[in-house]
Amino acid sequence: MIEFLQQLVNGLSQGAIYALIALGYTMVFGVLRFINFAHGDIYMIGAFAGFYSAPKLLALAGGGPSFAGAALVLVAAMALCAAAGVLIERVCYRPLRAQPRLTVLIAAIGVSLLLENGGQFAFGADPQAFPEIIADSAIDLPASWGEFSLLTITVGQVIVLGSTAVLLLALRAVVLHTRTGMAMRALSLNPLAASLMGVNTDAVVSFTFAVGSAMAGAAGILTAIQQPSIDPLMGINAGLKAFVAAVLGGIGNIPGAALGGVLIGILEALVVGYISPTYRDPIVFAVLIVVLLVRPSGLLGKPEREKV
Amino acid sequence: MSRPRTLLLAALALCAAGSVFSGSINPYYHDILIMIGINILLAASLNLIIGHTGQFSLGHAGFMAVGAYSSAWITIAWGASAGWLAYLSALFAGGVAAAAAGLAVGVPSLRLRGDYLAIVTLGFGEIIKGVIQNAEPLGAQRGLGGMAQHTNFFWTFACVALAIYGITTLVHSTYGSGFLAVRDDEIAAEAMGINTTKYKVLAFVIGAFVAGIAGGLYAHFKQFIHPEGFSFLRSVDIVVMVILGGMGSTAGVCLAAVVLTVLPEFLRSVSDYPWLPAPVRELAENRMILYSILIVVLMLTRPQGLFGKLDFGRKKP
Repeated sequence: MIEFLQQLVNGLSQGAIYALIALGYTMVFGVLRFINFAHGDIYMIGAFAGFYSAPKLLALAGGGPSFAGAALVLVAAMALCAAAGVLIERVCYRPLRAQPRLTVLIAAIGVSLLLENGGQFAFGADPQAFPEIIADSAIDLPASWGEFSLLTITVGQVIVLGSTAVLLLALRAVVLHTRTGMAMRALSLNPLAASLMGVNTDAVVSFTFAVGSAMAGAAGILTAIQQPSIDPLMGINAGLKAFVAAVLGGIGNIPGAALGGVLIGILEALVVGYISPTYRDPIVFAVLIVVLLVRPSGLLGKPEREKV
Repeated sequence: MSRPRTLLLAALALCAAGSVFSGSINPYYHDILIMIGINILLAASLNLIIGHTGQFSLGHAGFMAVGAYSSAWITIAWGASAGWLAYLSALFAGGVAAAAAGLAVGVPSLRLRGDYLAIVTLGFGEIIKGVIQNAEPLGAQRGLGGMAQHTNFFWTFACVALAIYGITTLVHSTYGSGFLAVRDDEIAAEAMGINTTKYKVLAFVIGAFVAGIAGGLYAHFKQFIHPEGFSFLRSVDIVVMVILGGMGSTAGVCLAAVVLTVLPEFLRSVSDYPWLPAPVRELAENRMILYSILIVVLMLTRPQGLFGKLDFGRKKP
């Protein structure tokens, strides 16, 4: 029982990371109907932005690992990733918007390869030790909890879950209660009608890329707090898992992405805990295939009819 | 005798003639030549799936892995005494096993289009790799070795000639029109009474079969195979060949396969010239950066690929 709960806790904190990355996939898909293959690499860029900025920002916040310093690093990485996302959209995807979808998809794969290999060129191919921006240690649970006090919960896990919850609520507020959010929803319902109603399509698409990439950047920092080893190829696997999460939840559906991320994280933890770590990736991909065959619109998505 | 068949016989004769001299070539160049042949097989077969039928597949290395492991497993089981006939049947069996895997991927693809299909094929490729990594009889994480080196110049390029002949005649037949119809407009094709399901699955099965043969050739050339050698990045290598060559152009894709096999070796030698500025040498060592920039720039400026509509055989009507 306690072991099962422990796997749930581990899975939940990994799932929060997947949820943050999956948001970017799902938001871009909602607006442009296209899978941004390079999104997982934005997450890697976020981790490296933190890696290079942390020493200076920590010194600015009074030196040593601290909450204020960690928050600064998080914000810096999010800002840099937002800029990177907007730039990539502007240079590589916008000129191709009228082209067949295959062309855009291939361009996205090209951008992804460029970030991965450019990252290996610029940052070095070997894994780097991420600086300690917050003291990560296990929390002593009160003995009065009985059996549950045997659970291992770390400060890092609490921060990951807390930050994810805050970011998700903020995103929800933006999408539901601002004019830009309304424009985003309009665009995902019907791009042509939205632009006829005066929605500035390009600005909304840029904003979507900025928000999605910022979430991925945050995920990069939050991962690095828990597993302080980062490398330029870390985005491939995480990106694919997050994509599976987005599909599982229903691609284009924002709460679905969060739900899918958490479910995939927990599934992975259970597979690692009870079956074998070597089966983790194949089982996640098998889930993807089963979802696409049985319910292509995902858990929360609405089926979409194909128009000629 | 029709012209393509004459060309095929001529190509086979050329392979036989070439194999007489292949023993006297520098082993390094011989190595590159065989890899060119294997890459042509992979690129031409993926081109059938992506270029002609318009089904984006990112799992081609998975089919190659199935062919490589099945044929290697068979020749190892038969022992070192097995001759070339056993080798050929193992190659064929590897192709059939890969075709079965292609069927398994092709069937779910009926319901998926474009981006989704790309991810699903990627997932299948990773699943195949994952299964091999867990299969003890196939060496699991340690890799599989001990095959005799059966693959030589003749067998490689005979396979290339046969595959290109087969793919070209297929593409120029009624089936070929079916493939193109599915690629150009699936809904319209369906409305015209074309069995799109049949063509999509057929493209996957044939493409996987040829990739499986290429895997078998590879396994019996390198004499050691490892699951990591058939990863997502290997699939991307093949996709790059198809994109640069020009989707749907068999000749362009084969040319791209040759160029992209030779280019890394050339770049490697460039990085040895001390008189070149250091950044140029470093960039030459990172060929993937060049490839990725090339892909993005190509998509922005020339989506039909470097060699565009270059093709073997008859002119299209």
